[in-house]
Amino acid sequence: MNRRNLEEKIFLGLMLASVFIVMGSLILIVTVIVLNGAPSLSIEILTQTSEGGFYLGAGGGFLNAIVGSLLLALPATGLAFLIGIAIALYLQKDFLKPGIANFIRICLDILWGVPSVVYGVFCLTIMIAIGMTGGSLLFGIIALTLLEIPIITRSIDESIKMVPSGLKESAYSLGSSKFETAAKVVRRQAMPGIIAGVLLGFGRGIGDAASILLTVGDSNYFPSSISDQTAALPTMILNLVSMPDQVVQNKAYAVAFVLLMIVLLISIITRYLTKKSSKYIIK
Amino acid sequence: MNKSNTIQIETKTLNVTIHNNPVLKNIDIQIPAKQLTAIIGPSGCGKTTLLKSFNRLLEIQDGIKIQGEIVVDGINIMSSGLNVPDIRKKMGLISQKPYPLPMSIFENVAYGLRIHHDKNAKELAEAVQNCLQEVGLWNEVKDRMHDPASRLSVGQQQRLCLARAIAVQPEVILCDEPTSALDPIAAQQIEKLLLKLKKDFTVILVTHTLRQAKRVADHVIFLYFGKVIEQGPAAEFFNNPKNPETKAYLAGEIS
Repeated sequence: MNRRNLEEKIFLGLMLASVFIVMGSLILIVTVIVLNGAPSLSIEILTQTSEGGFYLGAGGGFLNAIVGSLLLALPATGLAFLIGIAIALYLQKDFLKPGIANFIRICLDILWGVPSVVYGVFCLTIMIAIGMTGGSLLFGIIALTLLEIPIITRSIDESIKMVPSGLKESAYSLGSSKFETAAKVVRRQAMPGIIAGVLLGFGRGIGDAASILLTVGDSNYFPSSISDQTAALPTMILNLVSMPDQVVQNKAYAVAFVLLMIVLLISIITRYLTKKSSKYIIK
Repeated sequence: MNKSNTIQIETKTLNVTIHNNPVLKNIDIQIPAKQLTAIIGPSGCGKTTLLKSFNRLLEIQDGIKIQGEIVVDGINIMSSGLNVPDIRKKMGLISQKPYPLPMSIFENVAYGLRIHHDKNAKELAEAVQNCLQEVGLWNEVKDRMHDPASRLSVGQQQRLCLARAIAVQPEVILCDEPTSALDPIAAQQIEKLLLKLKKDFTVILVTHTLRQAKRVADHVIFLYFGKVIEQGPAAEFFNNPKNPETKAYLAGEIS
């Protein structure tokens, strides 16, 4: 009895320790970013684009990087969602034999594990092959789309797999086609999971530096077309941190702070949408 | 009681295997139209498999092989080139556990109408109301038509599923132990409804409670280990069973 009590206490202690480690690091990260970033944060920095000397400690802001990041991550997430939901639906046994579907799932899991710099190098290779001489928004979007597809697809796939087969049978027995069952019934039931998957993809996409470092270049202005170079928040953090000046390095924390806020905002919106879409879910 | 001898569904040497295990063996049955046919037998004897073969719902599972003919209205529904949704539309399904669609009460009933018929909003609302009145649910839900269907009690959900099924105007209603998850009062409501609905529909009821079959059936099919042991009109089946296994089952000696 004593041994069992001890066992119980040890495991409880381990679980508490894990929670403390995770929460502690999160609080530390946010504190460091806020303490270092807040002094450099001002309305001007958020509303102005970078000037020539931005990286050298002179004036300007990073609105162009905020806009650039959104112009990269939003279309990429949209594209990855469209492709991902189509693949995820096709992977279900209503459409594809489970053997083939599971093979595709393994491929997607491998792609999920591929480091993002590989996607960047891949796109760079194509850009060189077609004779491009500089970075472009388009290829940044392509790199992020490729990065997000496995994440979004597998998340949606898992949430669709959880839909009870009795529910699908109900839809089929009312004379629904496979498409109607998928689009009108399965989609509604899987909606919270679909939204969570899209958020996961977006979070990965907007925060990733390696894939866009090689594809989008840099710029002090808003991109005016899809073939323009553009600044982005993660690459700007890299650039600022690598400067020797302390004042410039502090700006990196301000950029990180803004990135954090964007992700937080998206999370809040997602939680709201998830709650709203859960209303009709069958348990 | 409508005693016409029209046959709604007929199977000819129907064999079903699941992952190469025979589940149904040489099934030859005839199901009379506009009557309530009970399929009885112990658990695992293939009742549900037989029921789900009638609307080709079996084939969405893995590892199913079906051989033989299932003739509905003179057409072998197993022949190739048929539009499966059209076959299924003729047969409403009520399952053991009710599965309302993940939408509002109104949309649950309207779903089938929307995918099969072009109705304007007013016609749709009328049709939904008719179906809900038919299953005695209208007065309970008329003030909360846009609430999620999942908020209804299980018994109400089962009646909603029935309303949803009759909304697409099927010919047959397939019921897979529809009362086994319900409390006695809700179960009684469903039984009464099925008796009422057999005027307009052919009702096929899978049940493992003999007493239920005795109460409601006009025609009985007794399945045992994947084979049809005996079939016939209920009065004859219960009062004068011919097969020794049927006698043993009715006496409670095998289950």
